[in-house]
Amino acid sequence: MTGGRLAKVGGLAVAALVGCEGSQAALNPAGPQAGRIAGLSWFMIVSLSVIYIIILAVLFAGLIGRRHGASDESEARLVRWVIIGVAITTGYLVVLMVLDVSVGRGLSSLSEDEDPLIVDVIGHQWWWEIVYPAREPNRTVTTANELHIPVGRTVRIRTSSVDVIHSLWIPRLHGKRDLVPDHPSVFHLRADEPGIFRGECAEFCGLQHAHMSLLVIAQPEAEFRAWQAAQMRPAEEPADIIRRLGMQTFLNGTCPMCHAVAGTSAAARAGPDLTHFGSRRTIGAATLDNSRGNLGGWILDPHHIKPGVNMPANPIPADRLDALISYLEGLK
Amino acid sequence: MSTHGPSVVEGLPYDATAISELAETWQPRKGVWGALTSVDHKVIGRRYIVTAFVFFLLAGSLAALMRLQLVRPENNFIAPDTYNQLFSVHGATMMFLFAVPMVLGFGVYFIPLMIGTRNVAFPRLNACGYWIYVFGGSVFWIAFFFGSGLDTGWFSYVPLANLDFSPDKRVDIYMQTVTFTEISAIITAIEIIVTVFTQRAPGMSLNRIPLFVWAQLVTAFMVMFAMSTIATLSTTMMAMDRLVNTRFFDPDHGGDSLLWQHLFWFFGHPEVYIIFLPATGMVSSILPAVTRRPVFGYTAIVLSLVATAFISFGLWVHHMFTTGVPQVGASFFTAASLMIAIPSAIQVFCWLATIASGRPRFTTDMLFVIGFIILFVAGGLTGVMVSSVPFDTQVHDTYFVVAHFHYVLVGGAVFPIFAGFYHWFPKLTGRMLSDRLGKVQFLVFFIGMNLTFFPMHWLGFEGMPRRVYTYTAGLGWEDLNLLATIGAILMLIGIGLFVWNVGAALTRPKDAPPDPWQADTLEWWTTSPPPPWNFTYLPVVQGRSPVWEMTPESPRVIGMRTDIREVLTTTIIRAEPHTRHQSPGNAISPFLTAASVTFLLVMLIFTPKAVLIGAPFVFGSLMMWGWPTGKPEKEHREEGI
Repeated sequence: MTGGRLAKVGGLAVAALVGCEGSQAALNPAGPQAGRIAGLSWFMIVSLSVIYIIILAVLFAGLIGRRHGASDESEARLVRWVIIGVAITTGYLVVLMVLDVSVGRGLSSLSEDEDPLIVDVIGHQWWWEIVYPAREPNRTVTTANELHIPVGRTVRIRTSSVDVIHSLWIPRLHGKRDLVPDHPSVFHLRADEPGIFRGECAEFCGLQHAHMSLLVIAQPEAEFRAWQAAQMRPAEEPADIIRRLGMQTFLNGTCPMCHAVAGTSAAARAGPDLTHFGSRRTIGAATLDNSRGNLGGWILDPHHIKPGVNMPANPIPADRLDALISYLEGLK
Repeated sequence: MSTHGPSVVEGLPYDATAISELAETWQPRKGVWGALTSVDHKVIGRRYIVTAFVFFLLAGSLAALMRLQLVRPENNFIAPDTYNQLFSVHGATMMFLFAVPMVLGFGVYFIPLMIGTRNVAFPRLNACGYWIYVFGGSVFWIAFFFGSGLDTGWFSYVPLANLDFSPDKRVDIYMQTVTFTEISAIITAIEIIVTVFTQRAPGMSLNRIPLFVWAQLVTAFMVMFAMSTIATLSTTMMAMDRLVNTRFFDPDHGGDSLLWQHLFWFFGHPEVYIIFLPATGMVSSILPAVTRRPVFGYTAIVLSLVATAFISFGLWVHHMFTTGVPQVGASFFTAASLMIAIPSAIQVFCWLATIASGRPRFTTDMLFVIGFIILFVAGGLTGVMVSSVPFDTQVHDTYFVVAHFHYVLVGGAVFPIFAGFYHWFPKLTGRMLSDRLGKVQFLVFFIGMNLTFFPMHWLGFEGMPRRVYTYTAGLGWEDLNLLATIGAILMLIGIGLFVWNVGAALTRPKDAPPDPWQADTLEWWTTSPPPPWNFTYLPVVQGRSPVWEMTPESPRVIGMRTDIREVLTTTIIRAEPHTRHQSPGNAISPFLTAASVTFLLVMLIFTPKAVLIGAPFVFGSLMMWGWPTGKPEKEHREEGI
């Protein structure tokens, strides 16, 4: 119960963080891809609503209309009406097909961009590994559940998965793309306005499919570069004694069996990379707001918040837990 | 028409002793033994309908539980593992254990009556099919009650459904359940095809077959193709992957995870039309009674059915648009998906024309038909939307799709089935359902249905994915989810009213007249309910609305033997009398065969050795089935016709 309440409060905080309602709405586009699709959607919603109303009108007129009795002449008139109806239907479908193809071509036009930002998004049960590859290994950035992109620049997203099929869906930027383990694929998107957009896994991927979200942070190019530069640096050696105790707790406990912190001996990749954990906004794939209290609860018993998650419970004594939280929060 | 005069089969009209002999010959046996050995298509059809309805109630209650969990964000009413079982078992049951057996059950009951014959072509096989279905469904639900319900969704995508990620027996049990229902559906399809092609009443040429029967016939052909795909390919391959490590679908060992999606949807999409086409057939056969005119555009409707069946096999990839299908390939499937709207539109326009030119009578069955048109058209239009690749990438796997397919399946199949219940209840039971209570049920169910599923369209646009056991607060989803849950409660009340209506009717005496609706198809030409031999004299058909065209002077078939079970076979196109054929009587072997097949398949969930252990039992029961009785089969070829 408490876990649920915690998740609820955390969820509310996350929603507040990303600007509340509509941060995951497909008809509230923030980029050219979602914009094109939203335009097509509105065209279909309006035109099909009109068609629907006409069909209902014909139905009800038929139900209450005056009767002339059956005759050959009236049957012939019915034949004419049915043929007209079918012709209109067919014409409409042809228009739709043309629109569909042209919107599809519009969507793929971003792929011709010469210099896109390349990002690898790798699905895990139940979190997102996000890698900004670079030729030099020390310039590669690895993070989790938070996708930073520069506003106005094309992003080429290469998808893959280490376990089951997931689906990356950021409704305000683009339609979804499945993360199929044996079929990596590529798609492009662009954000035209700065903001925080929420995304969520859209293909059922097991027990905690419901808690597999991510934040997309679109920021001006300069801000993005600064973030990227900061993310390239290894974690700093903690200066104060509390955080040093936290680091010991981290490295001597079970944490390094799954997590990595660059600059320390922890280098496992089964769980999210924590090198710059303190700079991230959420915990547990956007399940909780990243705050001291939430983090403590998460470390002690993640199963209360996200039942079945692969992270085990960690019964850490209170003073050490406090130090560990300070250490993690300090990994900016 | 004189060629089909009274002398179709030589002989004299029956006297009283002949009629009592007929009753004697077709009389079912009494008691439990009688129940296990019956091969009467009406008994078996009724069992299909009742069993499928029980599964509908069970799966419906799971839906209600899901709606209670989703009534507010981060709700703790149901744990994720349970929730995942709820939606998986709900979907699998509704598709395999409710919808298909329900519509095929209506076929098993009504096709022989509508085409004027005494029983289906292979009565014992028919009985065996039912037993296999009910055993398979029971296995699935018993497993669910013991905590082994399917939890990977009804399409169980790999690798999630592979041994690595689903190590327990849940997926195995599901795959085997699907095998059971496939066997049963294929049996029923064979039954329907052969019966319709060989046993129609004299004069019922192809162009006079009732539309319900046409729809069933087209569906039966679809079942033959679609179910054999899934039976012999996908589910067996999946079961082998899990049981003997064949690794067809395991990407880590050279298998392919998308292969499963192709195979599954190659079956899975036609499956939707396997449910929907018979339901449209019901509508087309109810409409003449409630509008008091033959359905407009008979030929157009038949051709639409056939076209739908063909096209439905060419659009499975539209379930996979988000896997990264190349654009040219995807647009082919978009075109096919748009194209299938045309035959559906033709059917809808023909129904509208029928209503507009008829004299509608607003009984409950008519209300459900009207509800069907309103809801199905809405679901069809959203279907047109999702066939667009760009649009689909946004709404795929969201609540928009949940809304779409519930409009199509609840609107397009459950509403016609309810129309069918009200329409044919007197024929099925000899009693009338209350029309007033029926109208209340329609209203409650219709409002509930829209309140539940309409908001889901918008939830999809707002970004809510499907199959989530809970959702984050503050994304604007709370109110619409609350509304959907209120609607689900209304739907539940509607179903409750129907159960009440049926219960109350069953306590009343059997006083339904043979033809309470002045309908035009042959099932109304006999008593309600029909006797075990269906028709004392087989009818001779002279048009598309045989009962309306029937006069006391109309010809009928005389001269069929009364001392043995005899059916009349006719030619395939013009339905001219061909042979008098002895129809098999009651037998226990179908039940024993089904039981031994069940034994084998259930053991096969646990060990491949089951094939060796179970095969002798299956073989033995089949030997018993086919063991010569020593009496020659009686068959009499009509000479000179």
